[in-house]
Amino acid sequence: MAGKRKPKLAVWKFASCDGCQLSLLDCEDELLAVTGVVEIANFPEASRRVVGGPYDISLVEGSITTPHDAERIHRVRRASKLLITIGACATAGGIQALRNFADVDDFISIVYPSPQYITALAKSTPISDHIPVDFELRGCPINKYQLLEVVGALLNGRKPNIPPYSVCLECKRRGTVCVLVAQGTPCLGPVTQAGCNALCPSYNRGCYGCFGPQDSPNVAGFAAVLEQLNLRHDDIVRALRGFNAFAEPFRKVSEAYEK
Amino acid sequence: MKNKTITVDYLARVEGEGGLQVKVRGGKVTQAVLNIFEPPRFFEAFLRGRMFTEAPDITARICGICPVAYQMSAAHAMEAACGVAVTGQLRNLRRLLYCGEWIESHALHIYLLHAPDFLGYDDAIQLAKKCPDAVQRGLRLKKIGNSIVTLVGGREIHPINPRVGGFYKAPTMTELDGLADDLRWAVAAAQETIRWVATLPFPELERDYEFVALRHPDEYPLNEGLVVSNKGLEIGADEFFEHFAEEHVEHSTSLHARTKARGEYHVGPLARYNLNFDKLPEIAQQAAREAGLGPVCRNPFQSIIVRAVEVLFACVEALRIIGQYEQPEAPYLEVLPRAGTASWCTEAPRGLLLHRYSIDSAGLIRDARIVPPTAQNQKVIESDLADFVERNLHLSDDQLTWQCEQAVRNYDPCISCSCHFLKLDLQRE
Repeated sequence: MAGKRKPKLAVWKFASCDGCQLSLLDCEDELLAVTGVVEIANFPEASRRVVGGPYDISLVEGSITTPHDAERIHRVRRASKLLITIGACATAGGIQALRNFADVDDFISIVYPSPQYITALAKSTPISDHIPVDFELRGCPINKYQLLEVVGALLNGRKPNIPPYSVCLECKRRGTVCVLVAQGTPCLGPVTQAGCNALCPSYNRGCYGCFGPQDSPNVAGFAAVLEQLNLRHDDIVRALRGFNAFAEPFRKVSEAYEK
Repeated sequence: MKNKTITVDYLARVEGEGGLQVKVRGGKVTQAVLNIFEPPRFFEAFLRGRMFTEAPDITARICGICPVAYQMSAAHAMEAACGVAVTGQLRNLRRLLYCGEWIESHALHIYLLHAPDFLGYDDAIQLAKKCPDAVQRGLRLKKIGNSIVTLVGGREIHPINPRVGGFYKAPTMTELDGLADDLRWAVAAAQETIRWVATLPFPELERDYEFVALRHPDEYPLNEGLVVSNKGLEIGADEFFEHFAEEHVEHSTSLHARTKARGEYHVGPLARYNLNFDKLPEIAQQAAREAGLGPVCRNPFQSIIVRAVEVLFACVEALRIIGQYEQPEAPYLEVLPRAGTASWCTEAPRGLLLHRYSIDSAGLIRDARIVPPTAQNQKVIESDLADFVERNLHLSDDQLTWQCEQAVRNYDPCISCSCHFLKLDLQRE
């Protein structure tokens, strides 16, 4: 895009913890370089300056949980040429999608003394349930280097290099001894998408699924392995109901084990 | 004489979604409201039925800026419920991890979110064009804080290493030594930060706050201490709900907290500093004095100096911990569940963070309550706004609006936490 205006980048927040957009500010070494090649046109967490649309790239964090946000996301889509969802909330509904397995009114009354002041949808849903999405970047939180890769690739009109395979491959590449096989530690690595560089096993703990299901997961077969480790059905349900609980492969099996 | 309404629909440079509205009638503020419209996420509800060991990982997701704080309050509360105390090097490692989060979070707020207000810039990108050295210093400080969190916690956002009982893996002495050179640079950079922020123009506002923070006999508070105030409060975390109440108001999806006896109160760096100045290391006390701060500071705009003093403290403390570190034999203590209820407070970068859990004998969570710092500060933010606007009605609408935003940002509000962002609506009728 040499010689042309800088592409405009916008960051939008829905129900989330702000951690994924913080990943952009956590690019301490790259941040000023990034602002040299893209115009930060809308990023309320970092700037009070707002430049109007349309935007070349929108990064969307968070899930849809209120009637207002279900409307707002359509406005964001209309103002955006490319729209990338970032993180488990935006791509799978997030931890707040645990409400999807319960009655939201019960949840409201547990937390708020005056439930009548609260407006919430019955389900927390990913952005792609509402609008077409150009790329979904996984993780709870996302990997900031993957974020730079996706933005860089899409601005240059190439396909982002984001591996869809499982955490297991990252463990093998690092040379981490398998915590599931060697220690019998429950580990979601076999069914979870790579992206964290197999962090948890390198700390002697099992993967807990931050990056959501890998592209072809055998979750039912995996759950059977957990049963062999003597996990009870409710343990298996909890293991699959983390930050990507509402992602279909995890959801279907957790619902089967709940019965 | 003067009627107006100041409105900010969507407050920038805060974490989360909120706005603000101040109504003025006849030269008096009739209403000052911090609207919080961050969508509720119902953590306290879905924690029910989860295993006690899951609380640190789940509650970390309340806030991407201060996940360590949530992990610490949760782990300590569970340990208290199960009758286990984590001591020695494991306790030191937790303190080190927390120092990393303070450095990262405070450097972010000082340089990227708050300083631009004082100098009239929309953001740190503009600031970086005028003061490149300062912004570069801030980014490097932030990175060093993050490198501590990454080493001890596994990653900077939502660390994976902390657990009930300690850590999954304890770092080696060599790994921690690797942080020392950067931290020695950071001590000097923190001193430079204090000198830099002390030169900023500070609007006048001094208020008689009730400051609430932890206090510990031997140290500047992070993970542990009694909940104390400058108005005579001194209680354990278990007594919290006997002395504090939460209210639900229509304009906020975050509950407002108050003391039952006196009402609004102030948590965060200013509260910690005023209640614990004597516990700061000499080098930090000295730097504060040189910046013109005494042991008491009641101007909320000067919280930026206090944050810088706390960055210095955290760098010095991190170096101290690294200097005397020996790798513990086991990375964690075994914690077996038992039925019970316990509360614990730690000092998040933005202030006091309480978790209370009831668990059953199998370790399942039966009830959870979380009181985050920004929820506690909502009332005091609203009174600051009312007070500030009334004193500054001579300012233009644009200027007044911006300074109202700045007054909110004094608290580094984390609205994702409190609900768990912000919006200013200044009405001059």
